[in-house]
Amino acid sequence: MSLVHFFLEHREEILQSSIEHVWLVAISMLLAILAGVPLGIAITRKPWLSKPILGGANVAETIPSLALFGFLLPVPWLGARADRLAIVALALYALLPIIRNTVAGIQGIDPGVRDAARAMGMTGRQILLRVELPLSLPVLLAGIRVATVWTVGIATIAAAIGAGGLGEFIFRGLAMVDNRVILEGAIPAAILALAADIGIGMLERRLRHPR
Amino acid sequence: MNATQAAEICIEFRDAEFRIGGRPVLKSFSLAVNRGETLVLLGRSGSGKTTALKLVNRLLEPSAGEVRVEGRSTLEWDPIRLRRRIGYVIQEAGLFPHFTVERNVALVPQLENWPRERISERVHELLRIAGLDPEQFARRYPHELSGGQRQRVGVARALGADPPILLMDEPFGALDVLTRAEIQREFLELQRQLRKTVIFVTHDVREALLMGTRIALLETGELAGVYTPQEFLRATEPIAAAYVSAFRADVMPQTSAKRGGQ
Repeated sequence: MSLVHFFLEHREEILQSSIEHVWLVAISMLLAILAGVPLGIAITRKPWLSKPILGGANVAETIPSLALFGFLLPVPWLGARADRLAIVALALYALLPIIRNTVAGIQGIDPGVRDAARAMGMTGRQILLRVELPLSLPVLLAGIRVATVWTVGIATIAAAIGAGGLGEFIFRGLAMVDNRVILEGAIPAAILALAADIGIGMLERRLRHPR
Repeated sequence: MNATQAAEICIEFRDAEFRIGGRPVLKSFSLAVNRGETLVLLGRSGSGKTTALKLVNRLLEPSAGEVRVEGRSTLEWDPIRLRRRIGYVIQEAGLFPHFTVERNVALVPQLENWPRERISERVHELLRIAGLDPEQFARRYPHELSGGQRQRVGVARALGADPPILLMDEPFGALDVLTRAEIQREFLELQRQLRKTVIFVTHDVREALLMGTRIALLETGELAGVYTPQEFLRATEPIAAAYVSAFRADVMPQTSAKRGGQ
């Protein structure tokens, strides 16, 4: 049986897993952005926070993903549901590029522009919302793009703890020693990663040039 | 007559100092700027002139001494209120790249919650004053303008809510000679009508002589003298004289060489 036939036969299951996968990634990224952007902003305001925050995010990054899922398993509320745990772990991984790019984006703004904003009597909040965030958005989006592509890949490992997603096929395929089953997970995951890369990249380019 | 005298002075530095990590950038600086005058701060880079300027709108706070604006120390002012009374123009204009010309110029009136029609009227008026046709330029972004046009927008933005004070930090420094001369002339004309209190920072003697009602000379963070343009040209103090002779050599090399020979 050709691979195409094999895929068509399992299309319902593949679609179901892809939706799960997208959901895992989307919620993780949302959490990572909600935590990472404010942390990045905090670093630009209080430089001494840079070491503890970036250090912490760095450490999370160095833990092998499978081990991180294992470490989080005994945590009370988290360990109760596999998808919950997977989402938190994935968000932790995505944190570093988001924090870093938030900081880089804001610090990369022409100092003359920030001086002008202050000199015109904008409050700190107005400077952040009307000047710093809009101007750093392309750089921030670049960070989100990298993090999303990673997360799509790492999320396949979440199947190891039963969180679902396209990793299910990969682990099943490994157990059955059937490459076709592995590809049922790997190909849609690669397509998702590419789609995220291209989609966010387009958004980024549009924002880089006003209009 | 103390009261009228106090009313005349708009900005006053009183032994103002500014240090970065113990290193003094501005040393015991005292200077009074009168209402309606254009005071030029002349000095080379690193002489502390930009620092002095930033003390006025409290982008920096003095390490010692004080700066008084309209009779009150900058530290007693609410910084936001203070800054909205002071227009600020810098080199390369510091325009917001993600705002159209219109939004850039409208910024301070908008922060001050002017009604919409009044803002739009004001923006058009300011663009015309700055020599830009509103129909043509209001919807453009800064990157779609020439250097001279950006600088005009910078001036228009600084005048947004009609502040009594203008701080200008080498505003025309990045322009080519002809555009600079044109904008300088127009600004002089504008200032004749508006009579703002202006502090104008430059390292260009020609510009200082042209724009200033008085010239305050800064050297390594210290005030080296205050002159009217006429006094400055005749000054015998070594620092001022050095500027003048460099200026003359620039303008007419032969004459200056002859003089040196006499």
